[in-house]
Amino acid sequence: MLRFEKAVILNGDFTVRANLALERGARVAVIGPSGAGKTTLLEAIAGFRPLEAGRLVWDGRDITADPPGARPVAMLFQDGNLFPHLTLAQNAGLGLRPDLRLSAEQKERVKAALARVGLEGLEDRRPGALSGGQQSRAALARVLLQDRPLLLLDEPFAALGPALKAEMLDLVADLAAETGATLLMISHDPDDARRIADQAVLVAEGVAHPPRPTTDLLDNPPPVLRAYLGEG
Amino acid sequence: MADRAQPIGAGPGIGAAAIVAALILGSLAAVALRAEPGTGLGPADWQAVRFTLMQAALSAAISVALAVPVARALARRRFAGRSALITLLGAPFILPVIVAVLGLLTVFGRAGWVSQALGAAGLEPLRIYGLHGVVLAHVFFNLPLATRLILQGWQEIPAERFRLAAHLGADAGAIWRLLEAPMLARSVPAALAVVFAICLTSFAVALTLGGGPRATTVELAIYQAFRFDFDLGRAALLACIQIALTVLAAGLALRAAPGGGFGAGLDRPLRRWDAQSGLLRAQDGAAITLAALFLLLPLAAIAVNGLAGVTSLPASVFRAAGTSIVIAAASTATLLVLAVPMAASIAMARRTGWIELAGLLGLAVSPLVIGTGLFIVVYPFADPFALALPVTALVNAISALPFALRILVPRARAVLGDFGRLGLSLNMGGLPFRRLVLLPRMRPQIGFAAGLGAALSMGDLGVIALFADPEVATLPLQIYRLMGAYRMEAAAGAALLLLALSMLAFWIFDRGGRWHAEV
Repeated sequence: MLRFEKAVILNGDFTVRANLALERGARVAVIGPSGAGKTTLLEAIAGFRPLEAGRLVWDGRDITADPPGARPVAMLFQDGNLFPHLTLAQNAGLGLRPDLRLSAEQKERVKAALARVGLEGLEDRRPGALSGGQQSRAALARVLLQDRPLLLLDEPFAALGPALKAEMLDLVADLAAETGATLLMISHDPDDARRIADQAVLVAEGVAHPPRPTTDLLDNPPPVLRAYLGEG
Repeated sequence: MADRAQPIGAGPGIGAAAIVAALILGSLAAVALRAEPGTGLGPADWQAVRFTLMQAALSAAISVALAVPVARALARRRFAGRSALITLLGAPFILPVIVAVLGLLTVFGRAGWVSQALGAAGLEPLRIYGLHGVVLAHVFFNLPLATRLILQGWQEIPAERFRLAAHLGADAGAIWRLLEAPMLARSVPAALAVVFAICLTSFAVALTLGGGPRATTVELAIYQAFRFDFDLGRAALLACIQIALTVLAAGLALRAAPGGGFGAGLDRPLRRWDAQSGLLRAQDGAAITLAALFLLLPLAAIAVNGLAGVTSLPASVFRAAGTSIVIAAASTATLLVLAVPMAASIAMARRTGWIELAGLLGLAVSPLVIGTGLFIVVYPFADPFALALPVTALVNAISALPFALRILVPRARAVLGDFGRLGLSLNMGGLPFRRLVLLPRMRPQIGFAAGLGAALSMGDLGVIALFADPEVATLPLQIYRLMGAYRMEAAAGAALLLLALSMLAFWIFDRGGRWHAEV
């Protein structure tokens, strides 16, 4: 279970307050107006933003002060998820060993992970030689190898077309189900949220609210969310 | 992104910066302590100060005055070879001074091409030694630099402004008043200050074309106090004066730094609709042609004269060339060991820190002053002349450091910005991040910086002149000695060899950096 205990996250001159808990294995959409602090919330979980007050607890362990790499987190950013000068196998292999000194057995696992996301035979390509969808798959292969219990998505598929985005989200949902990971994804699209997230966290006016069932929240949105969704 | 963690530590950069600062400040302290103010400045010293300021002011004024029409022409014309010409404007930066001086002598010297033409018309030949020659050589080196600086000012005017001006029906004169004159009001003082500062510390030009009581710069006076009188106290006193002059020039340059003013555009491709009249076309064509001739003729002269001499080079030239290659290699290695960690540390800092200042110190103190300081420090313990080569390599590396940092820091910043978070979230740690991400992604810039450093070191005629005994010479020093012995054909051949080695050194590193680089 991931718990923010009376946390205050600082980002420049604005703060996001969070006092909430997420069940292990939950699939949670993070929704709310632009600039409300959705990315800030994810960055705090991943360790890129310090808490000004409060604690962050994972499975009873206080991880507030842990450095980013030591957290139980795999994250996909909006962009820059792959190193353009490394091959797909190297990029994915970073999920196993960040210094890339891989054993033969680990190299096999890298190959298997790339095959799992549908990139068989492309191990030696570099990201520049791939389509946007294939690049997303490669990043997901790395996430698979990282094998962390928390998976954070900061709209990594925003640049893909609708069909491709839906395909990627389904793949993410499958991978999360296979590994039992807890999924947190920022979403601007209510349909995406309904598609794979059973719960939703509303971030608005400097507060991240406790999760509610996604359909509840979207069917009966509070005023601030209604304005954002444009349902007047 | 304020309080964000970084994937690598700042330790190595801090260490490198500490070494640089200790070296430069240590030699400054040595100079200050050793200076003997007792006798004060003699009339000859004051004359040197006056000459230094005057030649620098003249060189700056002439370089910039000529650069404005050339930059204007380059800014508003598109023609085949334009980008090659702009690239060529960067070449004097790595052109060895002694090579350019030989080329200028061939074209503008007493027996040179221009003098021969004048003689055929029954006129007096040109006199190149003295103030004329020093200023001529400085204009040769700094006209291209000033042109590039001012052209940059033109390029910073967003294309949208020119589009709007054309939409409003502005002609060349109106665009001059509306856009170009205000831009020049900011960029010209900055260019003047930069050229003035460079000419203030120029040593090799004054050594070869100046000299005599009426054309001695402070740097040349330091050298003479060393080599002819072995008067360390006076050399140190003169070095203090040189430091004061450099600080003055640095103050001017900082004060004149241009600020923004035209706002941002959307980077539309630039098109110009004005200045289509035949007269203006001819004027721009003439500016570009004359500038190109002024730059290319001396280089052509080196090629023509050098080819005659290069087949019969004395063995001493090849020995000196070997020495120069070793020094350039050692200097480049030293440069990279210092510059790369410093660039990473500077890129991580949010504010201007002392590491960045340490990197700029090399600009504030002339190589000859550092050399003087090192000589004074070493002298009580060891024979400085025996250390001529390592000291030259070290000082060359330190004087190339500010330029290397200018190349490396923006790239390091971009790499850390793009991939810092990812590296952290993958728990890469400092060493793997450097090995797998930072160095591979900075390779083109590291190659470019190394190429500049190698070429600068290969062509440098500065500290080596202070330290070398008659048995030791780098190639530039050997050329200077051949000139002194009036063996001009051998000197021209050696100059061609030096030119080739400098360009080759630059090309190897720059090319090596970009070879199979995935960027």
